[in-house]
Amino acid sequence: MTSLSATIRHAEKKAGWSPARIALRVLLHLVLITMSLVFSTPVLWMLSTSLKPVGREFSYPPQLLPTTIVWRNYLTVLSAVPFGLWFRNTLFITIASLAGTVLTASMAGYALARLRFRERGFWLMLVISTMMLPGVVTLIPRFLVFKQLHWMDTFYPLIVPSWFGGGAFNVFLFRQFFASIPMDFDEAARMDGANSFLIFRKLILPLSMPVIATVAIFSFLDNWNAFMEPMIYLSSREHFTLAIGLNAFRGRYETFYALLMAASAITVIPIIVLFFFAQRYFIQGISITGLAGR
Amino acid sequence: MVGTVAQRARKRRGLLWREHVDAYVFLAPWIIGFLAFTAGPMIASALLAFMDYEVLLPPRWLGLGNFTTMAADPLFRKSLGNTAYYTFISVPLQVTASMFGAILLNQKVRGVSIHRTAFYLPSLTPAVANTLVWLWIFNPQFGLANALLRLFGLPPQKWFMDMNLAKPSMIIMSLWGIGGEMLIFLAGLQGIPELYYEAAKVDGARNWDMVRHITVPLLSPSIFFNTVVGIIGSFQVFTTAFIATGGGPQNATLFYVLYLYRNGFQYFKMGYASALAWVLFAITLAFTLLQFRLGRYWVYYETEGR
Repeated sequence: MTSLSATIRHAEKKAGWSPARIALRVLLHLVLITMSLVFSTPVLWMLSTSLKPVGREFSYPPQLLPTTIVWRNYLTVLSAVPFGLWFRNTLFITIASLAGTVLTASMAGYALARLRFRERGFWLMLVISTMMLPGVVTLIPRFLVFKQLHWMDTFYPLIVPSWFGGGAFNVFLFRQFFASIPMDFDEAARMDGANSFLIFRKLILPLSMPVIATVAIFSFLDNWNAFMEPMIYLSSREHFTLAIGLNAFRGRYETFYALLMAASAITVIPIIVLFFFAQRYFIQGISITGLAGR
Repeated sequence: MVGTVAQRARKRRGLLWREHVDAYVFLAPWIIGFLAFTAGPMIASALLAFMDYEVLLPPRWLGLGNFTTMAADPLFRKSLGNTAYYTFISVPLQVTASMFGAILLNQKVRGVSIHRTAFYLPSLTPAVANTLVWLWIFNPQFGLANALLRLFGLPPQKWFMDMNLAKPSMIIMSLWGIGGEMLIFLAGLQGIPELYYEAAKVDGARNWDMVRHITVPLLSPSIFFNTVVGIIGSFQVFTTAFIATGGGPQNATLFYVLYLYRNGFQYFKMGYASALAWVLFAITLAFTLLQFRLGRYWVYYETEGR
């Protein structure tokens, strides 16, 4: 609890609805509403612009809401460039890396949290150090390796690494979560003859849905939003992701903001839809990402 | 049936050995990935840093050549300066803003989950789409930002197109992306026992005193984490500049990784780009270690006292 709400509750106990308390509440709501509007402005402005007729986005003073809503921009965008194909590519890459990340990062996290072996401290340190490593250090040699493997202009460079550990941060999140499950469970299962694989599959994973959802969501966002790596590895238009495609689209429609915003919205809307459906897990994710900060 | 002591000891040793083997089976994908995609490439890039390698010709040993080139390269210095400017202004602002944002979002008021969604929304937006909106907001003629300035009677600005304002514009933009940091702070706040505030209140503490003497110290692990991660991330700023300005105007937003990218993937100077990557790594590592060292004096871990 933070000071402000604690104070409020304290005041409430003492004085009920005092004028000072009402004023404080009103102020709090006003600040929250203002800040929420400020934070939402870019996305709302994107959506609003995308629904204005081309050419009419340049009005002064800016019209916050379009006077007439036009859906045509979306049709124009979708017929000008293959956003449908790029959408499928992005979805494929995203899901394929997500599966690898959840599987292999949870495996590593399990070993580091719950299996007893002498070198555990060493591997944990290595995972934590890797977390702090700027990705750009390995960018060039990774590119050269993937080139040697003839993986240029394929989805492999964007998917395969996820199947080998799924990123140190995710391993760490899994480890932190698994470590919070009482050890007695494993002990009891082991005494009954269960091996590590059974314990992992039947005991630990079912108890770990919140962290699985969190890692899945973050992995989804990372891959959906990725720009630099897809740009380096994908060269033909049929293999583009939404992010790369959007950048290419922008090259042609530089100043057509209504179209640009419609194209941008096409890449943003799936994320917003996901957010609304998975909101519960996002909120759970809050406390789980917090584990990383401890 | 309970076996003899010797049997049980043997079984136990067997189990421990099994666990040891299992641990490596579970770790195997990560270890292979670490060797193939992190450790191996790091060694390769350390070697490349001392070579001239332009992809078409075989690599040639240069010794310290890339580093002497760097020392005399004005764009290297420019990009490092730009990145430092961006990092050391944006990270403190982001950490402060996200902490106060999280304190606001932690209040028990109706509709707070809607506010959390709104605060987090920009962090969900894909970088390319987000940058395009900000280009539109910062449009010198018709942008929302200038409309706002005019509303207050201030002169319109050229934002990304003004060499003095391009970096500050990107810093402003980065403040909309603090959702992730806010989540970390929110989790930290939820771990502070309310008891502390009640005790302070009994002692007659005011709101601000409590923020200063309870909230901030107990949030110090989250402040530390966000600062470390924020600095590492900001040193690698790329997409915004690549899309919004391409490094201009007059290299005002030529950030380090953008310059590295150009050397590696546009001029195909893989050796020089690797040397640049290692210098960035050394700088990042130095800052991270420095923060861990300084952290001992100001980061308060509650578990230590338990």
